[in-house]
Amino acid sequence: MIKTDILIIGAGPTGLFTVFEAGLLKLKCHLIDALPQAGGQCSEIYPKKPIYDIPAFPEVLAGDLVDNLMEQIKPFEPGFTLGERAETIEKLEDETFVVTTNKGTKHHAPIVAIAGGLGSFEPRKPPIPTIANFEDKGVEYMIREPEIYRDKKIVIAGGGDSALDWSIFLADVASSVTLVHRRNEFRGALDSVEKVQELKNKGKITLITPAEVTEVVGDQHVKGVAISQKDRESFVLETDHFIPLFGLSPKLGPIANWGLDIEKNAIKVNNALDYQTNIPGIYAIGDVNTYPGKLKLILCGFHEATLMCQSAYKRIFPDKKYVMKYTTVGGVEGFDGSKKEAPKAVVKAIN
Amino acid sequence: MSDINIKITDREGVTHDIVAPTDMAMNMMEIVRSYELAPEGTIGVCGGMAMCASCQCYVLSDHKLPEMGVDEDMMLAEAFYVEDNSRLGCQIPITPELEGLEIKLAPES
Repeated sequence: MIKTDILIIGAGPTGLFTVFEAGLLKLKCHLIDALPQAGGQCSEIYPKKPIYDIPAFPEVLAGDLVDNLMEQIKPFEPGFTLGERAETIEKLEDETFVVTTNKGTKHHAPIVAIAGGLGSFEPRKPPIPTIANFEDKGVEYMIREPEIYRDKKIVIAGGGDSALDWSIFLADVASSVTLVHRRNEFRGALDSVEKVQELKNKGKITLITPAEVTEVVGDQHVKGVAISQKDRESFVLETDHFIPLFGLSPKLGPIANWGLDIEKNAIKVNNALDYQTNIPGIYAIGDVNTYPGKLKLILCGFHEATLMCQSAYKRIFPDKKYVMKYTTVGGVEGFDGSKKEAPKAVVKAIN
Repeated sequence: MSDINIKITDREGVTHDIVAPTDMAMNMMEIVRSYELAPEGTIGVCGGMAMCASCQCYVLSDHKLPEMGVDEDMMLAEAFYVEDNSRLGCQIPITPELEGLEIKLAPES
């Protein structure tokens, strides 16, 4: 069981900044995120895009913003459970919470801060009839264990980086790799596109473009996929696995079943006070919450995180008196023993 | 007058007569959101960067729309339920030329 003071669900910019504000109050944080890396949408969807409305940053790339946040919170040694989705929450008798992920990892904390953005990123499933019958029976929407494809025939569909990269990787593992895409052009890093071209020329990857997988066939397990091409008769290609890789899209997911007040796919919070939800001890901050006048902006998430941490402190230590201290005055003392502070002025007579 | 009239059919098949401003630098995805014609969180997920296709729509009238950029084209190459008249709403700025435009929202995916 992972124990912490504030369990943060979602490692996007708001969740990451929470670690800093909590750290100033000597509260430790642990973050859970369904994605394998921190940064949320900023890392997953638009790392190379500029953001212009972060105070004091005339321009910053989303990916750099995440890197900077990770650097800023480093002294507070946050824990991470990445690549796992927060699935269930249980309130214990002492008013603390246990949150369990889809992989069974348990986390225990007196405070839960949901900073889940638009939800957890799930693979986008193509609307192919019968595909649902073969999930985990030869149809996989993401690749977890590449070894299961050893010496198997596989078909990958998609035209982005993950389709290209996995085709390249599996070309050395599977007995055959066929890549199906609706266009002749692929959108990906240049060297990935070139590598696929090279493997195609060597006969290690078969490309079928422009084409679409329109059906999955088999009985207990996938046996083939039907491939349609414009102006041609569709045909069935024998395969052991079909891996559609069409990117990820965020879904509110299991959090929607935690008994929280939900409105317009967002969690209602008390914005007059501390961004607490209808369940005391559970807060919602950043894009995932809603209240009158809500704006889904990173800078609003930072503000919400800051106020939320003050409230969390009072909840954990109801009898302690606390006055907010400016970092310029108090400096930043990390849990790792590091200390940053403003340089002291020298007092010295001048003769 | 800087407003135009457009018809938007939502995902339930209901057609709405919408008045859209041409002087607010808005795009079709934002018009749909401002009139709440699709639930929040199911449209404009990427914020309008042509990176998610949640604002895909079908253009039903024969208006001449701005040409598709590379980002939009490549996103539609990976989206679902794509037809020949598919466009991304976030890449259609509201301009006076679009008076009378008719679109239909693509299914959520």
